[in-house]
Amino acid sequence: MKALGLVAAFCLGGLLFYISFDFPGWGDAKSPASKHVSPYYIEHTMEDTSVPNIVTAVLADYRGYDTLFETAVIFSAGLACFFLLRIPEHKAPAARFYRHLATGITFRIEKGGRLPDDTKEFERIDSVWVPYDVIINMTCRLVVPFIQLFALYVIAHGHHSPGGGFQGGVIFGAAIILFAISNNLRRTLKQMSEQTSALLGSLGVIIYAGTGMLCVLLGAGFLNYGALKSFFGVDPVAARSHSILMVEIGVGIAVTAVMVWIYYNLSSTGKQDEGL
Amino acid sequence: METIGDLIIAKYNYWAVIALLIIGLYAMIAKNNLVKKIIGMNIFQTAIILFYISIGSKKGATIPIIVHGHGESSHVVHAADYINPLPHVLMLTAIVVSVATLGVALALAMKIYSQYGTLEEDEISEKIMESETA
Repeated sequence: MKALGLVAAFCLGGLLFYISFDFPGWGDAKSPASKHVSPYYIEHTMEDTSVPNIVTAVLADYRGYDTLFETAVIFSAGLACFFLLRIPEHKAPAARFYRHLATGITFRIEKGGRLPDDTKEFERIDSVWVPYDVIINMTCRLVVPFIQLFALYVIAHGHHSPGGGFQGGVIFGAAIILFAISNNLRRTLKQMSEQTSALLGSLGVIIYAGTGMLCVLLGAGFLNYGALKSFFGVDPVAARSHSILMVEIGVGIAVTAVMVWIYYNLSSTGKQDEGL
Repeated sequence: METIGDLIIAKYNYWAVIALLIIGLYAMIAKNNLVKKIIGMNIFQTAIILFYISIGSKKGATIPIIVHGHGESSHVVHAADYINPLPHVLMLTAIVVSVATLGVALALAMKIYSQYGTLEEDEISEKIMESETA
């Protein structure tokens, strides 16, 4: 199998190497890829949408359908991870472990037993407890809010600089995942529960599709943002710019929530206990 | 007259992509461990992403954000001044989708591991054969 794989891979590689001589050179401005649709996008983006970042304009406006369904694909990936891995806790386990935060003593609570009501002093742990590294813990705690702020900047500033919903959403999700890695999953689930991430994931897709449907209700084609001029109270070109921001926010919410949701299920094999 | 040096400069992006593509394809065919196969798939995707990005570049052009788009004086935008935005758009979504599909692939691998207790492909097929005959 190994030899066969090597032969197959090198056959394909040799074929592609042979073909590469017919390809346009690197940086060739007259290459077929840059000749047909892209000049239209570059030259007309400003007058059509008034968005200087052509990538954002093409992503959310000219190729809006593509991006809508990419967002739906990401959401279904989150759903697929959920359905494959999630194990709901049907019955309480026989014994649970709690750690007293002030003294570090671990309690074993047998089935039926319960802690005093003020459980803020205790933290539920799994049977093996690994002490936190103070440096890592504090550094991540300090860094996470700034990463989240930067993510919001990337989403909001996608019209004028490299950025947009996908990039900002991934950065925001990464900040939450960093929090989950440096602390533990249970504490993260208290901040952002699984229900929240699932709801936000679908909300993001709904915002995108809802923007498209609003255009239909106002008498234009699906995702034809020019129709939203009365909704925003501006001229059609500015309406396109505003709708692109709305759509990007939807994409950002969906991507954030789904990244976090996938991490929740992968890191704890669907049990959603302490995680990594 | 085209020298060997010119040829290398014009084509080496494709050759780098082909090298990554071969590595990914070989890992997907020949590796026995499912996680290694998934890593191979990801290397393959990276090769395709680099291929798209490199065909979008133009010599002497800048990133596809219109300079002084909202400036006072309106000016004519020339397509030759900006690189091709289309591959960037396509790959932007492809990168995020590849992360999502990677998550699904890893979830499947986890499920297979909990079912068969191994990620080696030959051991899994052996166990499937055993359960069929039994």
